Amino acid sequence: MGKTLSEKILSAKSGVDASAGDIVVSPVDLVFVQDTTGPLTVRQFKAGKKQTLAAPDRTALFIDHAAPSPNRQLSNDHMFLRDFAAESGCLLFDAGNGVCHQLVAEKLANPGDVIVGADSHTVTAGGLGAFATGMGSSDIAVAMSLGKTWFRVPESFRVAVTGNFNKWVEAKDLIIYLIGLIGADGATYKALEFGGEAVDRMPVPQRLTIANMAVEAGAKVGIFPSDGITRDFLKKQGRADKYKALQPDRDAAYERQIDIDANRLEPMVSQPHTVDNTAPARTLGDIKLNQVFIGTCTNGRLEDIAVAAHILKNRKKHPSVRLLVCPASTRVLTDAMNLGYIKTIIEAGGVILPPGCAACLGLHQGVLGDGEVCLSTANRNFKGRMGNPEGLIYLASTATAAASAITGRITDPREALS
Amino acid sequence: MGAAFKGRAFKFGDDVSTDLIIAGKYAHLRSNLPELAKHVMEDANPDFAAKVKPGDFIVGGSNFGLGSSREHAPLVIKMASVSAVLAKSFARIFFRNAINQGLPVLICDTDKISEGDQLEVSLDEGVIKNVTKKEQYTFTKIPPAMLSILNEGGLIPYINKYGDFKI
Repeated sequence: MGKTLSEKILSAKSGVDASAGDIVVSPVDLVFVQDTTGPLTVRQFKAGKKQTLAAPDRTALFIDHAAPSPNRQLSNDHMFLRDFAAESGCLLFDAGNGVCHQLVAEKLANPGDVIVGADSHTVTAGGLGAFATGMGSSDIAVAMSLGKTWFRVPESFRVAVTGNFNKWVEAKDLIIYLIGLIGADGATYKALEFGGEAVDRMPVPQRLTIANMAVEAGAKVGIFPSDGITRDFLKKQGRADKYKALQPDRDAAYERQIDIDANRLEPMVSQPHTVDNTAPARTLGDIKLNQVFIGTCTNGRLEDIAVAAHILKNRKKHPSVRLLVCPASTRVLTDAMNLGYIKTIIEAGGVILPPGCAACLGLHQGVLGDGEVCLSTANRNFKGRMGNPEGLIYLASTATAAASAITGRITDPREALS
Repeated sequence: MGAAFKGRAFKFGDDVSTDLIIAGKYAHLRSNLPELAKHVMEDANPDFAAKVKPGDFIVGGSNFGLGSSREHAPLVIKMASVSAVLAKSFARIFFRNAINQGLPVLICDTDKISEGDQLEVSLDEGVIKNVTKKEQYTFTKIPPAMLSILNEGGLIPYINKYGDFKI
């Protein structure tokens, strides 16, 4: 019997012939924490008997969720984490470097790697053909110390994407559509494995967007093959030597096959308060917006900033909308500056936020007021997510967000830009 | 482990996210756990923290604990002296985090349980008794690999005892 991508990676790493349902102990190639899960992870690490890192150069600490710190308590947490980085010798990416998942994709993740992070969106690195999943602080503390963790090898859903994406339809629309189709728990404990002709042509940034939101369907991983497009991406990051081809076997066993025709996709929106509460943007009626947020580990890459700048060029945001734009990393920000995107966005009335998680999780830089409505390119719209249970969060693609910033209401970009 | 628990049911719906269990906006309290725990379940039931008594149960619907990987979610539930969380299904990371914190998480049909029902749970017998309704339910067995971690009170005590994964 052939193997899925997940079975292949976990077999190679654990040294046993692993199939779905097996429990394996696997070495980890990268383990990381961020500033809201890091302090508990470090305390759990220090509660363990073995208090040295298995691999300091493959252990990373990111200060991104509340960075720069908005208050005294989080500043003290940041100090605690910096001290730990200094004493343990692990990698430290301090405030302003960007969102952990973007930096992992730019600098650290490689095809075939097993990656665990104390953040649910660790799945993002699946876009590069890594088996990458989020865990809690205790699991991460042990992975830091022992250099390994245990997994139940997941069953896989094969998501086969054919056809071509229409203009103004993005990877984000595909993953929102898929989550609406299978539900917020539709892939719990499973691997969402993507393939098909449209995936074979899909640039890595879009693969990262899709993998990022696999967890919103409950999946353990969202995983892509590693191919020539992956190789070119790694080369651009200066890591060509890390490339390895990775494809599932033709006779791999899948629990479920889901076919998606990209031609039939349209701009999609997740409505409050769950990601699987989806509808096409054109069907939503008149939903007025107070805030539009473009950024995050889902849609804060250079390609997103480019789409936003393209749409906002020589236009102005609606006067009643606050437009917040946050490049996901320093590199994204500097590239966007060099290409003129940042100037365009500022001229359209946008506010540029420092690379990091920004408004996504309600700690700072865009907390919603009572009854306020936000359209966000992030991955989560749970009640209270943006700092206020009385706020309403809709999720959409960058194109839909930028078009809606101009009209002041949720707008299908095809309608606004035709 | 021989544990048996008695308490009342606090009923919640489907898709109770980690943001509802402990909101992200309280991230600044995560290094002050007693303060953080005062906000447990706040956005789902603002009265919960004041009313919950040691031994009580959180009873959810499907996909309990979806969202963030924050282990603070099961941790603040445990700090509220909740004896176990019962739900039709759990999100993956929350389930594993709960076990790692030594908090029992039991998969069962929770539709028949109402707010305030008196429950008795025996982990060994795999049985939930609804004293109020005079009914009895079974729950899905916790997988052996996870039960051995739960039996040690969580992952850190488990690793401190065995030095490695014995699974």
